[in-house]
Amino acid sequence: MLLVPCPNCGPRNASDMSYGGEPHSRPDPNTASPEQWRTYLYLRDNESGWITEKWYCSSGCRKHFKLERHTLTGELRNPPLPGNKTGGHK
Amino acid sequence: MTTRLPAQPNEVIDRSKPLAFTWNGKKMRGFEGDTITSAILANGEHIISRSMKYHRPRGVLTADFWDPNTSVQVGDEPNVRASHRALVAGMAVSAQNVWPSLKYDAKAANGLVGRFLTAGFYYKTFMKPAKMWPAYERVLARFAPGGKVDLDTPHGYHDKRYAHPDVVVAGGGPSGLAAAVEAARAGASVMLVEHEHDLGGHLRWGSNDDADALAGLVAEAESAGVEILTNSTVTGRYEDNWLAIAQRNHPIAVERLIKARAKVLVVAPGLIERPYVFAGNDLPGVMTSGAVRRLIAMYAIRPGNRAVVLTANESGDAAIDELERAGIEIVKVIDARTGATVTKASGSKSRVKAVTCSDGSIVDADLLVTATGWTAPTSLLNMSGDRPVYDPASARFFADSPPDNVLTTGGIAGDGNRDELISHGRSTGRLAAARAGVARHRIQAATTRATAVDGPEPAYPDDTRSPLGRDPHPELFRSTSHGMVDFSEDISSKDLFGAAAEGFDSVELLKRFTTATMGPSQGKLETVNTVAVLAEARGETLAEVGTTVWRPPYAPIALGALAGRVFEPVRVSSIQPWHEANGSTPILAGQWVRPEHYGAPQQEVRNTRANVGITDVTPLGKLDLQGPDVAKLLSQLYTNKWMQLAIGSVRYGIMCAEDGVVLDDGVTGRLGDEHYLMTTTSSGAGGVWNWIENWLQTEHPEWQVHVTPVTTGLTSINVAGPNSRELMSRLVGDDIDLDPDAFKYMQVRTGTIAGVADCVVWRIGFTGELSFEIHVPSGHGLHVWETLLGQGESLGVAPFGLEAQRIMRLEKGHFIVGQDTDGLSKAPTTGMIGLLKFDKDDWAGKPEVAWALEGDYPRIVAIQPTDPSIVPDEACQILREGTKDIVGRITSSRFSPTLDRAVCLGQVTPEFAGPDTTLTVQLVNGEQITARVMQHHAHFDPEGERLRG
Ligand SMILES: [Zn+2]
Repeated sequence: MLLVPCPNCGPRNASDMSYGGEPHSRPDPNTASPEQWRTYLYLRDNESGWITEKWYCSSGCRKHFKLERHTLTGELRNPPLPGNKTGGHK
Repeated sequence: MTTRLPAQPNEVIDRSKPLAFTWNGKKMRGFEGDTITSAILANGEHIISRSMKYHRPRGVLTADFWDPNTSVQVGDEPNVRASHRALVAGMAVSAQNVWPSLKYDAKAANGLVGRFLTAGFYYKTFMKPAKMWPAYERVLARFAPGGKVDLDTPHGYHDKRYAHPDVVVAGGGPSGLAAAVEAARAGASVMLVEHEHDLGGHLRWGSNDDADALAGLVAEAESAGVEILTNSTVTGRYEDNWLAIAQRNHPIAVERLIKARAKVLVVAPGLIERPYVFAGNDLPGVMTSGAVRRLIAMYAIRPGNRAVVLTANESGDAAIDELERAGIEIVKVIDARTGATVTKASGSKSRVKAVTCSDGSIVDADLLVTATGWTAPTSLLNMSGDRPVYDPASARFFADSPPDNVLTTGGIAGDGNRDELISHGRSTGRLAAARAGVARHRIQAATTRATAVDGPEPAYPDDTRSPLGRDPHPELFRSTSHGMVDFSEDISSKDLFGAAAEGFDSVELLKRFTTATMGPSQGKLETVNTVAVLAEARGETLAEVGTTVWRPPYAPIALGALAGRVFEPVRVSSIQPWHEANGSTPILAGQWVRPEHYGAPQQEVRNTRANVGITDVTPLGKLDLQGPDVAKLLSQLYTNKWMQLAIGSVRYGIMCAEDGVVLDDGVTGRLGDEHYLMTTTSSGAGGVWNWIENWLQTEHPEWQVHVTPVTTGLTSINVAGPNSRELMSRLVGDDIDLDPDAFKYMQVRTGTIAGVADCVVWRIGFTGELSFEIHVPSGHGLHVWETLLGQGESLGVAPFGLEAQRIMRLEKGHFIVGQDTDGLSKAPTTGMIGLLKFDKDDWAGKPEVAWALEGDYPRIVAIQPTDPSIVPDEACQILREGTKDIVGRITSSRFSPTLDRAVCLGQVTPEFAGPDTTLTVQLVNGEQITARVMQHHAHFDPEGERLRG
């Protein structure tokens, strides 16, 4: 089982978390075409290599956070966000 | 008759503790420390089973956990591994897969027709026609191996444990023990997991010096604080060193699954001795050198009287010494390093009598010992992502490049004498502890709420161990004759050649077609020989053919251990003791145990409609929302408008997911300027909370809203019926004015009820009656409930359960999310078109709902069967008359005591949604009835006059 680094709780079993998949920016609901909206809903790039994902610490602190995961190796790392105490990639 | 030898210097049996047991009904005695097979052998018997397909007599081959033909029935427990399971006094042991007896097996006729039972026989013979399967199954079941399952066996107690050791060492031989000792001395918490009953690996059947060294290492491990688990197996390694450990020696649990998150895993399983393929290699009396050495040294068993030894390595040479020391005649030694070999073992049905050598000589012997090489059990390396590489010079596989947190030591890493193996183990333990230290530091640093990190991160230690050497070893897999490759599945090298010729010549295909390596030994003994024979058939090298990937579990694990203890707490309201004491029938609804009814749900409905009823609705999801931006949040989540909701008002809303599908519904009230109470469906409570957090944290972090789940903090009671206002008036304090003009429908008040302060009460009505829903601090829930019953006696108050709630809501045509809607139901399906506010800038799912409205979305409609007495089951299909076209389904149905007829909700296509449309409903029994679509969702009081009263 993956060990998922929650920025609050530290590394936790993936079963403590909810997986949110690759984030996709939300189109303007008033102007989006069906194609744009459904791309937001369903289409993900799923590239080989490092991708960014949403995770939710659903059995812990309930923080939604982003992680980078390598789709070939399964490695996880914190994205280099300002204010992230873990200090980015490690 | 006994084959027990005089006392051996390092035997594990305790001759002062004899144990009585039976074998196929015959009384026998063994000693404490015996395995089941060593005890049977000590009593002069050597056939343990009949083989799977051919029912050939089989005996001990490896005398360890993987011994392929030693599965027995022990009492009501089938498939016990007799060469591993410790003997216990009183065991009733019997052979499996025999009829009528082990000695005279009728099915041994299979042996005569063996040529028909080649690989794929079952697939080919029993494939067609499909209608014959029941008959085939009966035939096959009789021939299937395995013991008897006793359906009356009581449930055993199984358990789980979670552990977070710094270092787990898989394998307690000299290297693994040494690694565990050094890692623990370096400050790591260490778990040492040994598959067998005792630590020591091959030191257990070695010299007296080996025994002394072992005793020293064990004492070191104990004093260093290593947690030692014997008769336990690391069965799987998953991402980030998440390990599954089957603990079979737990004092209470039959078997316990330990889920261990190790910072470093040390793989030290040793090596498994490989059987040799030649004609007659499955005759009882053919054994590996390891089996012979174990039997003599550990159990003091004389494995035979006249021995031929085929040796290609030190283990075979040591077996010769051991046999001589035990007084067994060595009639011939064949040194495979010179190119000599064995071509055939022959004998009676039950025992080797003669051995044919490659020089043509034939020797009389009742024991043939083979020492032809080693299989590296690389399972845990495979599971770590490594692809071990075959080294032809040593005739075995070695790790390629496992991840940094997986280290190897011992036989799987190379060869060495005892001191070299221990020294490698020690340096591995130090490296493991150092790497675990870095991992521990990183976890601390990554956890904001943990204790302060001690100092800077240590430097990551490189692997500076001096590696073990690799001894040369001849490649010995198959002689010039054909023999068994898979002893548990009865697959011969001839079968494999045949399958390869049929085109199943990739190793993964060959395995599945022949089932080689798929028996109880799971390839530990068979995989390399299977690959080698296939390589031979293809005229290629073993490296070219490649091998199968070893998957978890490494050793079998009981399903009970995987299930473990059940941790499924149920929720009950504070009123549950009253429900239980007053004849309620409980029902499990989601996480909650609730009263379904108190004996007569129809009467509960009638009383509520005529007088007043109270019901426990505590499972309703409740979220306390506070902050200046709650209204913005509600506007974003619900399809309708919330910015102008007055203090003291409640409103009903529907929530959609971003795909427009109905997610939840419920009532939210505004208690104060920045204070709201939201209710959700019982099953949606958790999901809505997550949904809210998602919006607040990811889309609108600028909104100031604090969410607190209060579902269990508040006990909720619905008071419904014409007398409900009068009943409430007897409980509320002066701070709540119940006058119909002061406290209108869809309003909320806070105040004191039955002396309990800080209650919330709102006027809503899913029952269709005048009703008040009370939310009281749960510590006082039972008090308020009992006060309602006491004060309402003269008003005809009676409790009603979930069934009466469901009937009344259906009479009123209120849909239930997840019952009348499904995973495809977008908001328009509910019929609540007026609640879809497209002039509002944004709400979750808005575009999809708009597009859905333009299309042919299914409609929820109220339906009444023409025959009022017929209640169609929920999920019955609605058909286009005279066809099998499905145009809808019944989603809810009940008999209404109020209307004295069947009432339903259903989903239909738009064509069938108009009022007074006649529908054809197919009942479960196939009969078709007609039903009518009603004008309103509400079957009863569609204008809602009663609830507004
Ligand atoms: Zn967390």
